[in-house]
Amino acid sequence: MENLTQENKNIRINIEDLNVYYGQKKALNAINMEIKENEITAFIGPSGCGKSTLLKCLNRMNDLVPDFNMSGKITLDGEDINKKYNINDLRKKVGMVFQKPNPFEMSIYDNIAFGPRVTGIKNKDELDKIVEESLKAASIWNDVKDNLKKSALALSGGQQQRLCIARAIAVKPEVLLMDEPTSALDPISTEAIERLCEELKEKYTIVIVTHNMQQAKRIADKTAFFYIGELVEFGETHDIFKNPKEKATHRYVKGKFG
Amino acid sequence: MMLKIILNKENIARFIFLAAAYVAVACVILICVFLFTQGVPPIAKIGLGDFLFGEKWKPSQNLYGILPMTLASIYTTVGAIVIGAPIGILTATFLSYFCPQWLYKVLKPMVNLMAGIPSIVYGFFGMAVLVPFVSYTFGGNGKALLTASILLGVMILPTIISVSESAIRSAQKSYYEGAVALGASHEISVFKVILPAAKSGIISSVILGIGRAIGETMAVVMVAGNQAIIPTDITRGARTLTSNIVIEMAEATDLHRAALIGTAVVLFVLVLIINLLFSVIKTRRKHV
Repeated sequence: MENLTQENKNIRINIEDLNVYYGQKKALNAINMEIKENEITAFIGPSGCGKSTLLKCLNRMNDLVPDFNMSGKITLDGEDINKKYNINDLRKKVGMVFQKPNPFEMSIYDNIAFGPRVTGIKNKDELDKIVEESLKAASIWNDVKDNLKKSALALSGGQQQRLCIARAIAVKPEVLLMDEPTSALDPISTEAIERLCEELKEKYTIVIVTHNMQQAKRIADKTAFFYIGELVEFGETHDIFKNPKEKATHRYVKGKFG
Repeated sequence: MMLKIILNKENIARFIFLAAAYVAVACVILICVFLFTQGVPPIAKIGLGDFLFGEKWKPSQNLYGILPMTLASIYTTVGAIVIGAPIGILTATFLSYFCPQWLYKVLKPMVNLMAGIPSIVYGFFGMAVLVPFVSYTFGGNGKALLTASILLGVMILPTIISVSESAIRSAQKSYYEGAVALGASHEISVFKVILPAAKSGIISSVILGIGRAIGETMAVVMVAGNQAIIPTDITRGARTLTSNIVIEMAEATDLHRAALIGTAVVLFVLVLIINLLFSVIKTRRKHV
């Protein structure tokens, strides 16, 4: 039964023959993969393997890099993200949480309301509702509900990161990209974020880049192992860690290098 | 043995640095002492109220009220900020987030050059271009409060642009990334997230601009008309505190001369207040 539901999940993102260059340097080589909805897909691999580069291709954050170049095709729900979507609309659908929490220098409320306001929502009641829902979804509502006017910079690192997740949720995305979201956090905050990811996958498609193999093991449904710009192996997390097919994967997950 | 210890390299270097630092401090203290010992007695003699709020400056009749000049200084400075601050802040925004690299290489040195142009040259520009322009557009002879404001507005641009630009650039890039990742356009991300984050630096730049404008003398003398009467209209002439001193100092004697030094005291106190504001804002920025 469980197997059946797994098979029924839709493919949200499809990556075909993706090559990425920064200037002369090739960062990703012939990547092909499918990312399914309501799953957590983890990208693992040693530093410089291209996992963050691939993540940033999915919401076109790499467009900010001056000498970035790509070939191949990435589709979201079957539509080419470089052609069919306006870049700002794409980023509303594909939200992102960064490695270092980056709340804006404004109140907690204004941080969450920023995205909805950009999309044109001005009604106070509607904004109030979105702010409350988003903060609840990121399990930080109880921490901040009495201090919504307080500066977001006064929060702790873990709270700031949950605020950033709430801010990403507030624009009602379909996919959530997380770029090592817990690498700057203490173990307790990390656990809170991990639990949150597992709740969020019921509604969103989540792609997480992580340095921490245990984290991938704990929360990811699928895991992709990257090495020097190549996608070495991609499959069920369980298989990647227990029965890796490739030697490099085996060596990496056993902690032999990286 | 003792001499050797005293004359070792480190001590000599320390002595030179210390002396250099004390020279600067000593200059400020000496200026203060000079200004207040020379400037305060005449103010007391004229009467603080009559001096600060007297509406008539007629040395021949022993009337030494500097209110017209104080008002003229404040008006021209406010005018300069109204004109210079928006242009300067928008230019700084453009330079840091919208300007293509090749254009930046042209614009940035030009802005720096503006800061180096002597004020007498600005004055000539004002006389040759702004005075006829104001006269033609608004009537009158063109030597007016408005003309001085426009010229000062231009003169404070380099200060506002470079200080604002560094404030905008030091606002964290991660704010910008966070904003575009939410689907905000480049413009919205810059104006709604980056500029508010750079707010205190931008305010500092405006305060520095105020300091520059209120202290400017030569260029203002050349375009402001210099009538020592309370300004009633921006197209009429006016005389600022600085102009008052430079115009009359050469032929002034006795109480007249002392009253001019008193004028400098008022100017000095105004500038002190502005500097104080500046440092208050700067320390507050550090605490955030």
